[in-house]
This record gives sequence, C-alpha cells and structure tokens, in this order.
Amino acid sequence: MKLNLKIWRQENASEKGRLVDYQLDGVTTHMSFLEMMDMLNQLLIEKGERTIEFDHDCREGICGQCGMMINGRAHGPLANTTTCQLHMRSFKDGETIYVEPFRSSAFTVLRDLKIDRGSFDRIIQAGGFISASTGQAPEANSIPIAHETAEAAFDAAACIGCGACVATCKNSSAALFTAAKVVHLAILPQGKLETAKRVDAMVQQMDAEGFGHCSNTEACEVECPQGISVLHIARFNYLYHESRLLSKT
Amino acid sequence: MNALNANIPEGALEDKWSNFKEKAKLVNPANRQKMELIVVGTGLAGASCTASLAEQGYRIKSFCFQDSARRAHSVAAQGGVNAAKNYKNDGDSVYRMFYDTIKGGDFRSREANVYRLAECSLALIDQSVAQGVPFAREYGGYLNNRSFGGVQVSRTFYARGQTGQQLLLGAYQALMRQESLGKVKTYTRHEMLDLVLIDGKAKGIITRDLVTGEIERHAADAVVLATGGYGKIYYLSTLAMGCNGSAIWRAHQKGALMSGVSWIQFHPTSLPQSGEQQSKLTLMSESLRNDGRIWVPLKEGEQREAGLIPEEERDYYLERRYPAFGNLSPRDISSRAAKERIDAGFGVGPMKNAVYLDFSRAIKAQGKAKIKEKYSNLFTMYEKITGINAYEQPMLISPAAHFTMGGLWVDYQLMTSIPGLFALGEANFSDHGANRLGANSLLQACVDGYFIAPYTIPNYLADELKAERVKTSHPAFDEAEAQVKAKLQQLMEIKGSLSVDYFHKTLGKLLYDKCGLSRSKEGLQQAIEEIKALRNKFYTDLKLTGDEHLNSELEKAGRVADYLELGELMCLDALQREESCGAHFREEYQTADGEAVRDDEHYAYVSAWEWKGENEQHVLHKEPLTFERVSLTVRSYK
Ligand SMILES: Cc1cc2nc3c(=O)[nH]c(=O)nc-3n(C[C@H](O)[C@H](O)[C@H](O)COP(=O)(O)OP(=O)(O)OC[C@H]3O[C@@H](n4cnc5c(N)ncnc54)[C@H](O)[C@@H]3O)c2cc1C
Ligand code: FES
Repeated sequence: MKLNLKIWRQENASEKGRLVDYQLDGVTTHMSFLEMMDMLNQLLIEKGERTIEFDHDCREGICGQCGMMINGRAHGPLANTTTCQLHMRSFKDGETIYVEPFRSSAFTVLRDLKIDRGSFDRIIQAGGFISASTGQAPEANSIPIAHETAEAAFDAAACIGCGACVATCKNSSAALFTAAKVVHLAILPQGKLETAKRVDAMVQQMDAEGFGHCSNTEACEVECPQGISVLHIARFNYLYHESRLLSKT
Repeated sequence: MNALNANIPEGALEDKWSNFKEKAKLVNPANRQKMELIVVGTGLAGASCTASLAEQGYRIKSFCFQDSARRAHSVAAQGGVNAAKNYKNDGDSVYRMFYDTIKGGDFRSREANVYRLAECSLALIDQSVAQGVPFAREYGGYLNNRSFGGVQVSRTFYARGQTGQQLLLGAYQALMRQESLGKVKTYTRHEMLDLVLIDGKAKGIITRDLVTGEIERHAADAVVLATGGYGKIYYLSTLAMGCNGSAIWRAHQKGALMSGVSWIQFHPTSLPQSGEQQSKLTLMSESLRNDGRIWVPLKEGEQREAGLIPEEERDYYLERRYPAFGNLSPRDISSRAAKERIDAGFGVGPMKNAVYLDFSRAIKAQGKAKIKEKYSNLFTMYEKITGINAYEQPMLISPAAHFTMGGLWVDYQLMTSIPGLFALGEANFSDHGANRLGANSLLQACVDGYFIAPYTIPNYLADELKAERVKTSHPAFDEAEAQVKAKLQQLMEIKGSLSVDYFHKTLGKLLYDKCGLSRSKEGLQQAIEEIKALRNKFYTDLKLTGDEHLNSELEKAGRVADYLELGELMCLDALQREESCGAHFREEYQTADGEAVRDDEHYAYVSAWEWKGENEQHVLHKEPLTFERVSLTVRSYK
C-alpha cells in the first residue's frame, strides 16, 4: 500500500520543529509500524538525507522505549498497544498518517521523535523502591502473600514506563505512572512499611518535574500498553492523603 | 601466558565458594568511598552488581545505551528464573540443579562455577521477593513453580510472562535507590567505545554521549562489563535492536580473551519470519511447551489447515524422537529437530518455515480459563503480531537466534584475562557450557551481580588500594580517545552507496546459513572468506547520512563494524571444534539417526581466543575442563 506521511522533524531541543511530508510506496500489511519507518529511512539514506530519529529497542512491547503520537493518539489507533506492536494492517491504502513525538512539559524532544523521559527515573529515585539491600532478605516463603495480592501487585508492576499516559493526558499528568509504582509496593507486605514516606516523596518529585495534576479524564488507561487501571490512581490518592494525615499526627 | 588459570578455590565442590568467601580480601568501609568503579550495563547483571557494590559503599558510574536503565534487554525475558528451592518436594536439590546444568551444557562448562550458580540460586529468590518482585503464588500464599525444558523437576519461578521485567525492575529500583543516595551516577544514552588500560590493568573507558555525540573519558579502579549478549549479530533474532558485541569486542582488542564464541542458542519457540522488512523475531516463551504440543503434518507439502488434519496424520516429532522429555526437550535439540523437519519439506505457514505449537489438548483438559491465566499475555501478544487467535488455531513457531553462551573468558572470580576487568551476565562465557538451560540465564545474570561480584571485586580492589587513583589526563586516555574519534570519522567518510542495515542483514543471513543451527567445515571456510569480503565492502561502500550528534545510523555502523570481525571469529571457533556439542552441531559429527557426537578426548576444553591485531590470525588458547564429580555421559533425552 501507499502512504502519505507527515512526520515531525526537529534538529534538537532548542530549535523549532515542523511536520515534513513523505510518500511511501510498497508497504505491506504484516509490517510493523517501526518497520515501515525503517523502510522510509532506507529511502532517505538513498537520497543522502538524515534519517528520522525515533526511539525503539526491544520491538516486542516490553522495554517501553518506543512511543509516537500517531494520528493524534499515543502509540496509534489500537488501544493498549505499543508503537512497536502496531502493524500496518491497522491502516488503509492511501491514508495520511501524522507522526509526532510524545509531548509533555516534562519530556524534552531531543531530535525528531526522540524524547528525554529522565523525569520518570527521577520519580522512581524519589522513593519507588523497597529499601532492601542485598543480603538482608529472609527466606522467600517465610511471608506468605495471597495469590490475589500477588496478582494485583503484578497488575500495577507491569508498567513499562513508556510515557503514553502522560502524552495522552491533557494535563500532562504522570499520575498513572506514579500510582502504578506506589500501589505495586504498597500492597505487598515487603513494601508496605515505607508507603507514607514513599508516596509523599514521589508526589513531590512528580510536581517538581512539571507534570500536571490528574483530573480523572481516564484517557491514560486506554493508551496504556499494559492496560493499567485508573483505579490505581484512586488508591494512590487515598495513600497520599493518608500519608499527609499521618505526618500531621 | 598464564591467563588461563581459572583460579578455582581449593576444597570439595560443595565447599569451594564458602572457602573463597572466607578468605576473600576486604576493603575497610572508610576506604571504599575513595574507590570508584565503572559498570557498563544496567541489565540484571549490571544493575544488581552496581546496587550491591554501592550498598557496600563504593562510588559507581553506571552506563547504558537506552534512555533509562530499566530498558536493558533483560526486561524482555518472559518465562522464568530457576532456583533449587525444592518447594515442590519433587526431588530437587542444589546438586541436581548443578547436574542438570552441566549436562544441559553438554559437559563444556566448569564444575565449580556451575555448582556455585545452583548454590546461589536459593538466595536470589529471597532477594527478589524482598524487593517486591510479584512472583506467581499458590492459593495458600506460597511461591509457585513450573518446569522448563531439559529438566524433570519444577524449579522455575515466574511472574506471569514478564519475569525478566519484574526481576529487572527490582534491580533497577535498587539501583535508583543508590542513585538517590548519591552513591551511583547513571549515564543513560551513553555507549562504551573503548577500554583504557594503564600498566596492563583496566582503568577506564571512553564513551560517546548518544545525544550530543561528545566523546568522554571516565576513569576508575576497576571496570565491569555487563553488556549482554551478541545474538543480534544474526540481524533476525530475539534480541533488542541495540544489543551489540561492541563493548566486549573492544575489550577483546585490548587483550581480553573470548571463549566459546560460536556457542549460540537458537530458541525453538519464536515467531517465524514473515517478510523481507522484518527486523526482529519475537519470542514466545518456552513455558508454552509445558502445555503446547509441537507437531508438523506427516505428509510432505500438506495443504490442509491444521484443524482439518486428523490426529493420525500429525507427526509429534519431539514426542516421537525424545519420549522421556517430549515437548520439553532442551532448546538445542528442539530447535534442530524443527529445522530438520522444515528443511525436509514438512514446514507449515505461508513461508513453510514454521512448525505448529498446539494447545487444543491442554484447553480441553484444563479449560480455557486456566490456560488464559497462565499465558494470557503471550496469547495476546501472538494475536497482536500475527492477527491469529491461538486459543482456536495452533501457533506457528520456528527457531531464532537467542542467547550467546560464548563471551569474554573469565576466571572463577569473573575477572577477564585483563586484571581489573570483570565480565558479568550474558557478556561472559562462564556457566552454560555449549547450551544454556531455559531460565538459567536470568539466574546467572542476577547471581553474578548480587552474590559473586560483591565478593570478588573487593577482593581485587583490596590490592589496588595502594595504587594511585588514575586521572583522565593520563596519556592512555589521550590515545584511546584519539582512536575512537578516528574510527568514527573513518565511518562517516566512506561515503559509499549501501546502508548499514544492508551489511547487517547480509552478515546475519550468511551466519544463519553457515554458522547457525548446523555447521560444516566447508561452509565455515566459505563463510570466513565471505565475511572478509563483506568487511572490505563495508569499509569502501558504506553510506552514512546525518551528522556526528544524535545519529542512529552512526551508532549502528560502529556495532556492525564490530560484528563483521566478531562473525569471523565465530566461524573460526566453530571450525576448530571438530565435534558436535550442545548448540554447536557439526554435520560431520553425528550418528546415523542425526544425534550429536561429542569428542571428550580431544575437545573437553574451553576455547579462549587472543586478538593479535587487525588482519592477523587469532591465537587459540585452551582451558582444559576437568570433571571430578560428574562422569561424562552421552547427553540423551530419549
Ligand atoms: C526475548 C528473550 C527472552 C528471554 N527469556 C529468558 C527467560 O525466560 N529466562 C532466562 O533465564 N533467560 C531468558 N533470556 C535470557 C536473559 O534474559 C539474558 O541472558 C539476560 O537477561 C542478560 O542479562 P544481562 O544483564 O547480561 O544483559 P542485558 O539485560 O542485555 O543488559 C545489557 C546492558 O548493557 C548495556 N550495553 C550494552 N552494550 C553497551 C555499550 N557498548 N555501551 C554501554 N552500554 C551497553 C545495555 O544498555 C544494557 O543496559 C531471554 C532473552 C531474550 C532475548
Ligand atoms: S520497542 Fe520496546 S516497547 Fe516498543
């Protein structure tokens, strides 16, 4: 099939970017979206032009490195699917496709579609861990954890940190990302003890990075490749308020 | 050269590691903060090592090429991690795990290393649970297990189909904690391009900032490479696009020996190639083989759909050839058996390059809900990629390049032949012999980083304490930096007509055909000549566009340049080993019914190659393998 592509090109963080038109012929339905981008880049090389920079690594939906706004949607038209898992069978011959980077005040565009998501790492540094140094652990089966609890913790822990939740949110909120980590650790007996301190520090960091507030539009859950539920945000808010109360007493 | 002393501690097999730990030298806490380490890699091996040593008090610089430490390719491991906890009371023990691993590796690994791996597996599960890794649990709240290929016990711990991700997040979070405490500084989007030696010891690295393009110098008292596997050399593989052999290759060119280079595992249950533009083969976790049955049609050139082929016209070839292990036969055997059927004309799917993995019987016996609970994300992933619902039709699978048993030669302390240079995780050659058992490599990466390096690196540093701290103004850094810059410039200036991907794909195809699932003397000799020619063409006809700042094409070019040299060494390694063992199957050395013929009399050694310079012949050293506890048997899974 033949495609009209409008792709965001930007030299670096300080220069302005713009959409550039490209035509691509010979795309097949079983190609992935990124393989389509590879094909376009091959053409650009033939023409002697700089290739389009985009992030990707595992190409199987788990590393969280890929991510583009495709026709205005984070990771493209399918719900709960990363850009690398999107295939060209989701598009029509002759279609015009807009491709832009994930945008947020807390993500900087580095070049073309590549962005800096270091703010996520800093939110985790603020408290997204259990303070268990190597060697301190007790025998693994000494603390039983209910099957349902372990499964619920997994549901939250499955976050791949791609930033689609932020990119799709009109407030650029990182609430789903942060909530997923807070809840994952809070519901496990190993992580529970540090909850109050953790949630407080992570929220502060989230704000310091310039992420916006959550106004419960629930847009994030739709785009999240792991389908992480917005109910985690409710629980996160509860834990946050609880930590504030505790710190007052 | 005396580098090939593996430094195995004294004592009985069971006591060696304890004996080492008891005598290992220590650095006093006040001195630890004076010492600095470089750890390249933030996968399970790198992140766990960095966090554990930072907890002890060392200052560490940590590097990765992705945009966050959490994205190292360990994240993609699906199936699980082994440990000899014997929670199932099914006869497992440290010794049995040791034996399974030695045998699985076709008796081409060190007894002492493998025993230690099994021994340390127990503590790893404890550690991960303490970090909050949500492993699967039984209804009573205790940890659950499943079994994996090549063993008869259930010792695999798992977190749905995302075990690697969950283990890595545990290690990443431990790393981030140390960063917040100021002990660690992570350099993301940085690529190591050279190792710096001072007086023969590893004392620093040269990196490129992948955003600005800046070439940087970093000095340290010791350097750790935990840079993962190089299976991406085949282009089509289960590895991530950025996985590379460059860090270890550049260390190799500085004198570190490389071992078992041609021992590369092909995973039996990957999705088949479906088109020319394909960039990656997605793995379907081996755990699927617990419930899925593998078959091809009995009739050559069968045209009917899978569902219309009656039971008696199906060939469950693994169950037929290996009745004791059946669909759970080890990877090398399963992959080769699939290739044998596909090459013989029984392949299925649009390109006739696949076999079926069928769940119909398991769904009938256990119900769809149970199968869904066990594998839902894998079935969803399969549908996303192929558009096919595997609850209704069998999956199409085929073998894909997956794991490199080979890597930098290391001694028992995980130190390479360069003093002060350590190699951890998939980047070293150590524990898996000629074939790795499923779920053993997450384990090895973790054990190397959490439990071994935190003893062996201080043991080295204790003697370095007296040495002067090196500065990046040392002439050795000038020289290394100049070399790196010259190399990058050379690549930019070729100005030919063919893209990097062209060279990578051509090399990959060539290696897949001649140094892949099976090898022959003639094929390997041809491959060596063809790789040399391809390399010449690369340096005369490569075309790079863009500038020296952020430029993915330039990054790829550096990696492919190294692959073009590493690929030749792979062939050389395969050529010299005139036997079949594990993943290394030489067509000349097989029984009448196609089973591998090992030659313990002549090849019970680890190859260790020494780089002699560009266009010079590599020199082969041998580390003989001596077996005190196990007797070498034919590795039969019949
Ligand atoms: C799809 C897949 C599924 C798997 N499933 C399983 C499983 O179920 N069970 C199991 O036991 N094993 C499994 N494995 C194998 C296992 O995941 C790996 O062997 C293991 O995770 C390797 O860990 P590592 O830390 O050595 O390397 P990696 O996790 O690959 O990390 C390498 C690190 O090095 C960095 N790096 C590399 N080169 C450079 C450079 N030049 N400069 C700077 N940084 C660099 C990278 O950025 C990264 O941080 C699987 C492998 C794959 C590919
Ligand atoms: S490339 Fe890893 S999630 Fe898309």
